[in-house]
Parts: sequence; structure tokens; C-alpha cells
Amino acid sequence: MRALLFALFALMAAPLAAQDKAPPAPYANVQLEDAALEAQATDLMETLRCLTCQSQSIADSDAPIAGDMRHQVRVRLKAGQSPDEVRDWLVDRYGDYVTYTPQVSSTTWPLFAVPALVIVLVLLVLWRRLRGRKVQEGGGQ
Amino acid sequence: MIPEIGLAALWLAAALSVLQLVAGALSVKEAPAGGASPFAFYARPAAVVQALLATVAFAALLYAFAVTDLSVKLVATNSHSAKPLLYKLTGTWGNHEGSMLLWVAVLALSGGLLAGLERRLPERTMQAALAVQGFVALGFYAFLIASSNPFERLPIPAAEGIGLNPLLQDIGLALHPPTLYVGYVGLSVAFSLAMGALITRQVTPEFARVMRPWVLGAWVFLTLGITAGSYWAYYELGWGGWWFWDPVENSSLMPWLAATALMHSVSVLAARDALRTWTIMLGVLAFSMSMLGTFLVRSGVLTSVHAFAVDPERGTFILVLLLIYIGGALGIFAMRASAVAEGKTFAFTSREGALVFNNVMLTAILAIVLLGTLYPLLTEAFDVRVSVGPPYFNPASAMFAIPMFLVMAVGPLLRWKQDTAGRINRELAALVAILVVAAVLIALLAEISVLALLGLALAAVLAIAALLPLRGRKLARVPTATWGMVCAHFGVAVALFGMASESAFTEEKLAAVSAGETTQVGDWNVTLSSVDAVAGPNWTAMEARLSVARGEGAPTVLNPQSRNFWSPVQATSESALLTQWDGQLYATIGQSVGVDDDGNERWQLRIWWKPFVTFIWYGGLLVGFGGLLAMVGRIRDDLRRRKGVQRREEEQADIEELNAGPRTLPEPAE
Repeated sequence: MRALLFALFALMAAPLAAQDKAPPAPYANVQLEDAALEAQATDLMETLRCLTCQSQSIADSDAPIAGDMRHQVRVRLKAGQSPDEVRDWLVDRYGDYVTYTPQVSSTTWPLFAVPALVIVLVLLVLWRRLRGRKVQEGGGQ
Repeated sequence: MIPEIGLAALWLAAALSVLQLVAGALSVKEAPAGGASPFAFYARPAAVVQALLATVAFAALLYAFAVTDLSVKLVATNSHSAKPLLYKLTGTWGNHEGSMLLWVAVLALSGGLLAGLERRLPERTMQAALAVQGFVALGFYAFLIASSNPFERLPIPAAEGIGLNPLLQDIGLALHPPTLYVGYVGLSVAFSLAMGALITRQVTPEFARVMRPWVLGAWVFLTLGITAGSYWAYYELGWGGWWFWDPVENSSLMPWLAATALMHSVSVLAARDALRTWTIMLGVLAFSMSMLGTFLVRSGVLTSVHAFAVDPERGTFILVLLLIYIGGALGIFAMRASAVAEGKTFAFTSREGALVFNNVMLTAILAIVLLGTLYPLLTEAFDVRVSVGPPYFNPASAMFAIPMFLVMAVGPLLRWKQDTAGRINRELAALVAILVVAAVLIALLAEISVLALLGLALAAVLAIAALLPLRGRKLARVPTATWGMVCAHFGVAVALFGMASESAFTEEKLAAVSAGETTQVGDWNVTLSSVDAVAGPNWTAMEARLSVARGEGAPTVLNPQSRNFWSPVQATSESALLTQWDGQLYATIGQSVGVDDDGNERWQLRIWWKPFVTFIWYGGLLVGFGGLLAMVGRIRDDLRRRKGVQRREEEQADIEELNAGPRTLPEPAE
């Protein structure tokens, strides 16, 4: 158990060391000059997952890979790609895991089917409970 | 010695929970009609003494951490002698075993409070509730003792501890988990009372009045705990976000959603004797969500489903407990639901109708959050990894939240049982007008997302609507509980405004600057004066001196730090905040990024101006304070009513005594 803990800490320390050595990619921490394009980039970065962190978007992470991905996003938007194209490119490369915006696919359809079902259920429950019922006589106080 | 006392106290408490369970159950089963069972004596003292023992156990662990007793495995793996005392103490619950001990101690304390204070229920119902509370406690004592013993000793004491995750070395850890746990586990009382009432077929308005303050109390702590946790994440994690729909955050939100619905439902039952099965169902759901949250956070399943599958002992244990309690509760519910009539009926346009509508909406939001939290875990088990984040949760929950907010604005204006929209048409017209005007104005003035726009407009409507129930009433005579509702609903509007404003108007600036350079964000000028090395008790840091000024205003100094802890080795970013009435300036410093043309070192700065972001937490505090007002008001009314009943009974007794006397009196006039 303790050995495992030490291993865990060793893992945590490794990226730190790497982070100190390699300089970040040019656009990792530099905003685009075009404010509208930068806003697009920020919106996109906030919906992309940092692959080495637990529950962080690449906009919020100090991890080196997040810096590289921010660089990719900014450079590609600057080159004229649309945010969706950039997202698709990243999904092709890293899989569905990279996007916090699930796309409808063979693995994610329940995420969209279930809310639809919830809507139907909600309407059903409300209709059953609240349809124009007569109020019982003598119910008041 | 002290850790052994703690462990012994834990075992004794577990034994008492067995006594509580058995005595409570027997006295329900054996109670002669109208009389008290001989077993009825044991459950209450068992619960109270158990609470004391669990407190002793927790105090023992607290002591071990305070003196850094490195022969205790938990201390050696999670603490360090060089840590400041406050973080040694808070480190007690900054780990799995310690936080589970806190969980169990709060559970025992809730049970002890219930047994010690609650005298209003029929004794049989009370015994059943205590038996259920003992049963729940027993499962978690077993979990702690069998698979998460916090008092385990090392064969050879460690020379030095490993230390606490630096992100947790913050005052937030002192406040957030205990508050949240009181709320989480306080819901166990609602669960036990609901089961007790169900088992003894006593789902009545009197029962609802008893249950209400307990639900309100847990809900207030839950609200404050979530609010504190959100602010803590916001300033501590250094990326300026206050909510990320992270599974851990969702684990605390789900019980809150269920408890909010429960609190409103129990009020309807108390006032109108309607929604009996709903209330029981929500009582079960709320605590089930607490236990599910505990499973998610404590089993390790969130870090990795595969890691969980490799070492499933703890997770499986909690999962089995979950199945027993939730399954058992649903089983009893299924057997008894037909015996508990639904209660009084009401029309769609009535206050009950609005409350039912919103309870359904809250439950639907809960379903969405549950789906989005569990689905990635499910697919991961089949080696398909997907991420579900804000772009999914925001619109999916807004789908139900928007109708809910609209009904919430109108509901308190409606009468109980039956009402017509015509009676409140002036208020309705005013609210619709505010909604439309606000939406159009905002759409014209600013280019923001649809959700943020709706959020701002709804906040305006809700703020006004929250105050409308006070219209035309003598303020001095408005009941405390009504003030509570007004305050809480107004708080929702304030928080919603803060959330929408933060998401719509935040401005961000990334800049690499050298000393003396100035950068702008919004109407703020930020000048880097210097960057200095500083040291703390267990860290070193690069600290920036930022001189920030709004327009031509006087400058203020902010000192964000980039810290390096050495035990364990970890870097953190300590943000610096400047709070104004209309927002917060949020600054962090990153790494050194080379030199400029003159050879001066340049530093990475990240600065945000977040308009009205603080309203999110002011709103949360208002909501919590509203709950507190409602609780105080309800308890006071109840005490007054009971005193009145008692006085009447005493008068009656006096009269009877006089009547029984030697002199015959004429019949007393009523």
C-alpha cells in the first residue's frame, strides 16, 4: 500500500520535472490578437479535456499537454479552421474522451435518449397528478 | 494508547447501534396497543451514548493528528510534523479513513440528537425511526472497522510523515467538508423518520411538522457546504472557475436537489395533508443520494474504474450497504405505499400544484445530473471513454430549470388547494413585463449566450417575485418562516444573477510581463512591480507584487504566488483576489518565460475581471440564511403551540380537581 502511494507521488512529480525543462509551445499561454477569435478559442478550450488531469479543461490546466493543446487550438483557429473542425481533429486524434461536449454516436446515444425519456416521464407524471381534478369537498380546514 | 481508546470507542458504538436496532425493532413489534413495550427504554439512551462514543473516537484521531503520532499509519501517510497546527487538525478528514470517521461521527451525533430531543412523535414511530437509524449506523461502523480502520498502527513508527496534498492545506478544508457532512448525513434523520412513519403507518401532518426542522437543518448545512466548497475551488485551484460539473461536485449537488424537493414536499404535507407518498419517497431519495455520493467519492471509482476493479474492497462494501439500505427502503415502501393514502387533492393552479411541478422539475434535474455523472463510469467499464461536462449539463439541466424558475416566481402568490390565474393577473402581468423588458434590453446591450441572457432576465423576475408575498402585509406580523422563504427565494435570484453575469461578462488576460510593465484587463491596469522568492513553513514560492488600479483610481497591491511544496512535492498556484462591490479581480502568476529585449525576466500572468461573480456566494448564503429563518420560525411556532396545549390541559386538570373537591361548583363556562 505504501509502495503504491510512493509510486503515485513519483507519478505526480514527473510531469512537474518535465514541465520545468521543456519550454511551452508558443501559443500555449499567449492570446490571439483578434479578440473575437480568442473568445472562440477560449470557448472551445473550456470544453476540451486535459488528458492527464482529473476533471480539468485544457483552459484550466498547467499540465504540459494542456499547453500543447491550447497552442494547437489557437494556431488552427488562426489558420482559419472552425471550432468544430478543430474539435473533430482532436477527437480523431484522442478519441471521444477529449471533448466535454458529447457528440451523438453509437457509444453516447443514451446521454441524449435518456433526457428525452425524462421529458416524457415528467409530462406523464404532471398530467396524471395535475390534470383538471375536482377538489374534494371538505378537504379544506 | 489514545488511538486504542478511539478504536475501542468505535467498537462500543457499533455494539450500541446493534442494541438500538434490536430494541427499537422489538418495541415496534411487541408494543401492546396504546402501551409502551418493555424494550422501548433502550433505544434512546443507546443512541445518545453512541453519539458520545463516536465523538470520543473522532477526538482520539484528532489528537493523533495534532501531536503527529507517526506510529499511526493514517497519520504517517497523510500528515507531516512541519505542517502548521491548523492543517494538522484539518488533515484529520483530508483522507479516506478520517473523512469516513467524521461521516460516521456526524451520523451518530444526528441519531443522538434525534433520540435526545425529539419528543413529539408517537413513541412507536420514534422507536421505528431509531431502529432504522441504528441499522444505517451499524453498516457504516462495520465499513469503518472492517475496511477503513483509521487507528491502524505501523509495526515500526515512521521517521516522518508523507504530508498532506498542498491543495488541501487551506482554511477551506476546515470549513467545507464538516459543513457538507452535517448536511449529507443529517439527511439520514429524514430517512429514518420517513421509514419510521411508513413502518408504523403514521404519515400525517403532525409527523411532517416533526420532520420539517430536521430536513431544514440538514438542507441549510448542505447549502452552506456547497457554497463554501464552490468558493474554495474558485480561489484555491487557481483557474477562476466556480463550478465544473465535476463528479465530486455533482455528488454534493444531487442530495441537495433531492433535499430541496423534500423540504417543499414536507411543507405541503404539514400544511395541507397532501403528498404523503411523495414526501416519503423523497426522504428515501435524498439520503440515497448522500450514500451514492459517498460511494462515488470514497470508493476510488472516479479516479479510474479500472483501479476500482483491481482493489474493489471498499467500493464493494459501500455498494452493498447502498443496495441493502436503498433496496430495503424501496421494499418497505412498495409494501406500505398502498396503505398510505395519497392525501388531500388539489387543483393544478394552486400552491400545491406549483410545488408538485417544481418537485418534478428538481427530480428531473437530479436524473440528468445522475446520468451525466454515472454514464462515463459505465462506459469506462466497457473500455469506452467519454467525457460529460458543462456543455452537456448546462443546457440539459436548463431545460428543466427554466420552467422551474418561472413557476417558482408565481407559486408563492397562489393560494392553497385551488386558485385562479385571474386573481393574481396584475402580478402575473408585471412579472411577464419584467421578463420581456429585461431580456430585450440585455439582448440589445450585450452580445451574450442564450443561457446567460435567460439567466439574467430570470434573475430580475425572481428577485421581484421573491418580494411579492410581502406586498400588502404588515411587515411586523409576517411569520418568521415566511421571511425565510422570501430570503431564500431572493437568494436564488442573487446567485442566478452572479452565475449568468460571470459566464457572460468575464474578461481574461494572459500576459508575459517583466517588472515595471503594465497590462490591461477590462478597465483595470495591472503593473508588475517585482517578483520575489518567499518561503513558508513547508513551501517556497515566487511571489508577484502586482499594483492594480481601476481606470485612474488609487492602486492596490495584490500578491499572487506560485508555490512549491516539498512534502509531498507539488506546485500550486495561490491566486490573489481584489473584491469590489461589482465583481472580483482575480490574478495568478505562472512560470518565468524567458527574458525581454533588455534582459529582464518575464513572468506569465493570468488575470480575470469577473463582474458580480461574488453574487453567486452571497446568493448561496442568503438561501442558507432563509432556511435557517424558516427552521427557527417553525420550531418557535411549534413550541408555542405545544405550550398552549399544555396550558389548556393544566387548566382542565385544575378545573377537574376543583370539581372533585368537597364544594360543588357550577359548570365552568367555556
